[in-house]
Amino acid sequence: MTVRISKSPPPQFFQFAADAWTEPFWQAAREHRLTACQCASCGRFRMPPTPFCPNCRSQAVEWPELSGRGVIFSFSIVERAVVPAMADYIPYAPALIELPDAPGVRLFSNVVGAPLDEIRIGAPVHAVWEDEVDGASLVRFALGDPP
Amino acid sequence: MRDRTAIVGVGSTPYYRRGASAPQTRFELAGKAVLAALEDAGLSVTDVDGFAFYSYGLEPGGLTEMLGIPELRFSAVVSAAGGGSAGILDLAAMAVATGRANVVVGMGVSQMTVQRYGSVFTQLPPTPEGAFFSMAGLVGPGQTMAMMARRRMHVFGETREHFAEVAMSTRLYASTRETALKREPMTLDDYFNAPMVADPLCLFDFCLETDGALAFVVTSAERARDLRQPPVLIAASAHGGSMDWGRGFFWQSMPDEAYLTGGHAPVGRRLYEMAQITPDDIDVALLYDHFGPLVLPQLEDYGFCPRGEAGPFVASGALRKGGKLPLNTHGGHLSEAYVIGMTHIREAVEQLRGTAVNQVDGARHALVSGGPAPIPLSGAILRRP
Repeated sequence: MTVRISKSPPPQFFQFAADAWTEPFWQAAREHRLTACQCASCGRFRMPPTPFCPNCRSQAVEWPELSGRGVIFSFSIVERAVVPAMADYIPYAPALIELPDAPGVRLFSNVVGAPLDEIRIGAPVHAVWEDEVDGASLVRFALGDPP
Repeated sequence: MRDRTAIVGVGSTPYYRRGASAPQTRFELAGKAVLAALEDAGLSVTDVDGFAFYSYGLEPGGLTEMLGIPELRFSAVVSAAGGGSAGILDLAAMAVATGRANVVVGMGVSQMTVQRYGSVFTQLPPTPEGAFFSMAGLVGPGQTMAMMARRRMHVFGETREHFAEVAMSTRLYASTRETALKREPMTLDDYFNAPMVADPLCLFDFCLETDGALAFVVTSAERARDLRQPPVLIAASAHGGSMDWGRGFFWQSMPDEAYLTGGHAPVGRRLYEMAQITPDDIDVALLYDHFGPLVLPQLEDYGFCPRGEAGPFVASGALRKGGKLPLNTHGGHLSEAYVIGMTHIREAVEQLRGTAVNQVDGARHALVSGGPAPIPLSGAILRRP
């Protein structure tokens, strides 16, 4: 039986927009660096980046560079093209990725290039990058530790 | 607030498959539902002085002019989509109990001439926050709810058979109802043969797409005694939720423990306290089923079984006729119609009037929920006097 591999999601649904609080994430992404918003006062991570730390209300933030290591917290396998534009991208695997070096953060991303039956909760993954035509770079995750 | 107000009238249009209500307009559907509810109550349009909406309501000025309501004294919107559906009762009850208005109509309308719910996210305008969300190719809530369902399978050992039981028990109730859009019986094989949409969610885990409008007339318990229908008391109503569930399924950054819930526990605690009853007193539950598997955490949130045990609870047959907790006895959003929570309120009222098609014998208390979704989530306990 053919091994089915998870594809990248349909690119046309990505809608880029940024503001002063989210721009550092996308700026780092263009350089293929994974980062997350961290409160400069209490150290708490928060994504999406918002103007206040929910823990201490500070507005001071840092954007530490992360290792790119992740763990699959949960995932789905999209099997049906709810809209026709999705058809060429089935199956793809949206996933919630936890970042061990940014505790409390989960990113919605995708597990790409993986045999479907190897995508499991708890599996280690690492960041890989896809450059979009409009200049944005999107983080995806591949199975295993960083090379 | 407890028992001070009552639902005295219910009105509904027919339920239409997506788009089939055309050429009627949204206002036309809404107007038909409101007039039917007032007729049911034995009240006139000129008695109405308040409206309570959630996101699927209408512009109150247009509605007031269209129906010829002389003076509006109260109009408010629960700041939520489906999660706020039961909250219209909360607003209506507050308005009447505080004397701000005498007769409040709570309502909802759905008409899907353009938008399909399955790809609703693709229609959202670009926002800085949405960029993170759209990055993953998520086009509809089903794909995000699938992750929540998957996590519960992993942690609690929930299975697709448990999800199937929600779908099948609901379909069985729908099979006896003229109003239901899906009435053919569903077997376990049918469930497992259904197309997979966003694994682990298959087609039968998704709600229907429906056009329709429903309206509910709320007034004081005192006045209700002299009206046409047996009153159904609003024993408790609440909307809100913890910060853990702030963005709900749109971000899913809640702490691990909260991730496994439906976000309804704070609402549930307030409802039982207000109504001065316990989960054991609930005779029939109308839990919001945009996705069947999301009924399971709600069963735990509302205290019908311990955390993590909803799978075995539903497998015991609890949701079926004669079971411990008959659930969505109208066929729910999965099999009857999806007018975004409104049909659940209608069924609660019919159960407590004793006129339900799938009547639960002696039903005295009904629980209605709206959500899981971003907060505020909502709920209500209705009571037969």
